[in-house]
Amino acid sequence: MTALVSFRNVSYRIGEREILRGINLDVEEGETVVLLGRSGSGKTTALRLVNGMVFPADGQVLVEGKPTPAWDPIRLKRRIGYVIQEAGLFPHFTVAANVGLVPRLEGKPPEAIALRARELLEQVGLPAEEFWSRHPRELSGGQRQRVGVARALAADPPLLLFDEPFGALDPVTRLGLERQFLGWRREFRKTSIFVTHDVREALLVGSRIGVLRNGSVQSLLTPQEFIHSPDPEIRTFLATLEWRPEE
Amino acid sequence: MRPELRTEILSLTAEHLRLVLISVSIAAAAGISLGVLMTRRARLRRFALAFANIMQTVPSLALFGFLVPVPLIGGIGESTAIVALVLYALLPILRNTLAGIEGIDPAVRDSAVAMGMTGWQLLRLVELPLAARTIFAGLRIAVVTTIGTATIAAAIGAGGLGVFIFRGVASVDTAQILAGAVPAALMALAADGGLGWIERKLSPG
Repeated sequence: MTALVSFRNVSYRIGEREILRGINLDVEEGETVVLLGRSGSGKTTALRLVNGMVFPADGQVLVEGKPTPAWDPIRLKRRIGYVIQEAGLFPHFTVAANVGLVPRLEGKPPEAIALRARELLEQVGLPAEEFWSRHPRELSGGQRQRVGVARALAADPPLLLFDEPFGALDPVTRLGLERQFLGWRREFRKTSIFVTHDVREALLVGSRIGVLRNGSVQSLLTPQEFIHSPDPEIRTFLATLEWRPEE
Repeated sequence: MRPELRTEILSLTAEHLRLVLISVSIAAAAGISLGVLMTRRARLRRFALAFANIMQTVPSLALFGFLVPVPLIGGIGESTAIVALVLYALLPILRNTLAGIEGIDPAVRDSAVAMGMTGWQLLRLVELPLAARTIFAGLRIAVVTTIGTATIAAAIGAGGLGVFIFRGVASVDTAQILAGAVPAALMALAADGGLGWIERKLSPG
């Protein structure tokens, strides 16, 4: 079985500063790998290495067995759905145009795009009649993220990247979307890489979790293995779940 | 008003408008494309902005004068005037194109690239629509100032409403000066109002 995405001894530097060093990990088909890390741990960079927004200084990132620089850069990005914090929606596009963007870039016929956009909006819980011609500024934060997810799914990519997609939401909306994410995961059966700094979110959405620390990832653990790990950084993360005000 | 004066006002106004339209159209085509190129090439950006800035600092009468002896584009008449007016109109268009595109939220551009847009798609679908209002504002400034500057074109025989003004100054005839200045001022006001209206219609994004 070949991994959909493999990091082979990947390092990345900005100038002298080493952001990532010697990362090795395999993302198998169908799983959701969560990279958990504090702010500035290089989580976003790790995602950007996958869709060829940046390339490794050393080592290789393989997507479907092929190193990212060997891919046609446009092709690679269109094969990977990307959901960004604050959604990164186009402010001048309607919801429908945002969702249909990648199929439109691919030159699909307008009727097919409209059909697909309508179907996806329903699937992410935004009735098309109501949301079709709205602009992103007319949506709540949670609705924008839903549009972001629909947009990432539009071209039916085999791989999805989630860059703290729910990070800017209030805790209640956030939990709702995380639960929904599990539903989508079952429904769409996509392989996903999900980065977050929230250990609760990591345990909820991940099938395997890796902690990014000092620019590297030790190993990928299932949620069960994760909560029993003696690793100090993991214990520090888990401690954030246990805190309660004193009685 | 004497009928022949009225006819002359009308024909010089038309000539004036023609000078402005031709100059601003050329400046817009050059300024917007150069502005877009400048967002892609840092060296061109420094060079072109410096050039447009210097052009703006040359007194307009002097610029018209400088161009007359220049081969190919120089000489007496309309084409020389148009070259000078284009050089003047370039800066506001160039600057606003640059400001409009560079003012776009970097996250939006980043997400466009991550969606797999080509450079051309990024420009056509994201950058130009989001910068349209700012670019148009530059165009409006260019039109209004060109209407004023074009009165000086008469000094090198390009016609327009400046003909009245130069004639009036030479013969100390206030009525002649007003016959040139009033239509020019009205034209500037109308252009400013009309273009301002369109500008507000353009989506702020």
